[in-house]
Amino acid sequence: MTLLAEQVLNGLQFGVMLFLLAAGLTLVFGIMGLINLAHASLYMIGAFAAAWVQGRTGSFALALLAGLAAAAATGVAIEVAVLRRLYARDHMDQVLATFGMILFFNEAMAMLFGRQPLMAAVPGWLGGSVEFIPGVPYPVYRLAIIVVGMAVAALLYGLIGHTRVGMLIRAGATHRDMVRALGVDIGLLSTGIFGLGAALAGLAGAMTGPLLSVQVGMGDRILITTFVVIVVGGIGSVRGALAGALLVGMVDTLTRAFLPGLLKSVMVATEADAIGAGLSSMAVFILMAVVLLVRPRGLFPAHG
Amino acid sequence: MVRRYLAALVAIALACLVPAVAAALGKPDLITLGTQIAIYAIAAAGLDLLIGYTGLSSFGHAAFFGLGGYTVGIMAFHAAGEPMFGVIPGLTEAWLVWPLAIAVSAIAALAIGALSLRTIGVSFIMITLAFAEMFFFLFVSLKTYGGDDGLGFRRRNAIPGIAPRDDVAFYYVCLTALVLVLALLHRVVHSRFGRVLQGMRQNPRRMEAIGLATYRYKLTAFTIAGAVAGLAGALHANLLRFVSPDMLHWTMSGDFMIMVVLGGAGTLVGPVIGAAAMVLLQSWLAQWTEHWMIVMGPILVFVVLFARRGILGLFR
Repeated sequence: MTLLAEQVLNGLQFGVMLFLLAAGLTLVFGIMGLINLAHASLYMIGAFAAAWVQGRTGSFALALLAGLAAAAATGVAIEVAVLRRLYARDHMDQVLATFGMILFFNEAMAMLFGRQPLMAAVPGWLGGSVEFIPGVPYPVYRLAIIVVGMAVAALLYGLIGHTRVGMLIRAGATHRDMVRALGVDIGLLSTGIFGLGAALAGLAGAMTGPLLSVQVGMGDRILITTFVVIVVGGIGSVRGALAGALLVGMVDTLTRAFLPGLLKSVMVATEADAIGAGLSSMAVFILMAVVLLVRPRGLFPAHG
Repeated sequence: MVRRYLAALVAIALACLVPAVAAALGKPDLITLGTQIAIYAIAAAGLDLLIGYTGLSSFGHAAFFGLGGYTVGIMAFHAAGEPMFGVIPGLTEAWLVWPLAIAVSAIAALAIGALSLRTIGVSFIMITLAFAEMFFFLFVSLKTYGGDDGLGFRRRNAIPGIAPRDDVAFYYVCLTALVLVLALLHRVVHSRFGRVLQGMRQNPRRMEAIGLATYRYKLTAFTIAGAVAGLAGALHANLLRFVSPDMLHWTMSGDFMIMVVLGGAGTLVGPVIGAAAMVLLQSWLAQWTEHWMIVMGPILVFVVLFARRGILGLFR
């Protein structure tokens, strides 16, 4: 029971992380119609910048800021230099160009920081664990991630649903040309949204540092899981991204934690470990397949 | 038309000369490079049926390439040791293993395609990518077959009359396979079926309006492309006598896409040129620096932005 509660919290934490990545990706797709693989690079750049600053200054707050700023700056730079030319192109071109960017950024990070993973420490004021569910001590740092993620979700909800900028974002997603015709600088709006998405990816990367090792290519794998999130949630919808992220985070964490154990009760231990590990790494993809069969447009499709 | 067939014959004749040139220059690794190009060209030409003709941007082609390769690897593994599940014996004869590899990839493509083709556009890209990643994780976790480290085997599949260690002969085998695949795909795209595929690329709604079951046509094309990739994978496994999850890595799918677009999509010859350009560029850049990808990435961005019709487009 304790273990279950702990793993559910872990699933929530992973889900929140996925949401930070998926939100930016899905906003950019919804409004600009762009599929951006280089989102993985922004996440990686955020993680590297944060780990480097933390190593230099020892301050985690500065590290977070650096991660956010580095990712946002890179995001805005690639949007202005390359990506805005791709909005009107077909998705194939977008995939190839941003794939080229991943190659570039991965190699650039390898040249700057080497291929050895960097380690970042959990900051002292977020160290230790608390027992906020009686009998279940849980690391404060992971709890903090959940809180930050939920806060970001609430902020995005407020921003998109209840501000003038949010109104433009929603209008841009439905009728981009009409918004332009009404005199809104849609180019500036696009750059702003792209920067926002990049900053969220950088935030996710910076917060990942103390949990996982920071290394070249770290964004690639989580990017593919983020795609699963977006497909499950319904492409272009932030609400769908949140639902999909929590569902995928939970399914992934829980199957990894419990499937090998469950299989052990019906088969030989060594085989159960191997099959359990294989099946649990495939679980989120099987979830995606099921969602596709039942609701091909995802759980919360953006329009209609 | 006659000029095109003539050009094809000249190209084949030139390709046949590669081993002689390699021998004359004293560079036997040119043969391996040529074999590599032929194998990638097979997979890329198959993918062109989807990208260039049907308008389906599949980002999971490495899955079928890898499945073909692993079929060869796993059959060799069981031929050298215990039968699979204690009953299915391993195989080493090319005329049995290669069709099996093609069949395995075709079945996987049928299953993945049946699910993925329920969506279009950007979801299709993400879903094909995700399913390919699923197979990647499957082989990483199969410790019996080497897991992360991959699976090596001692001999190439047996072809009557050809010595297993003869690299030149294997080059000709792959070249023959490439020519046969190109001829087959040429027939396919110029048939009624091929016309329907191109019609679906240009206007799927109209194709449905005139009463065609577009889903079935797309699924058939997807399965054909998967089967062709399976053959390429089987050949690749034979070239290296080694298979690993790298064959199914998502960057491999990206590479196949690049080959198609770099050479010129919707031409069948384009992907062959793209495969050659990619392999040669990589090996050339890798001589200069181990960080060759820092050059390759921007080249790719540049091609997408400014040379949309690929290398073939420059000559038109």
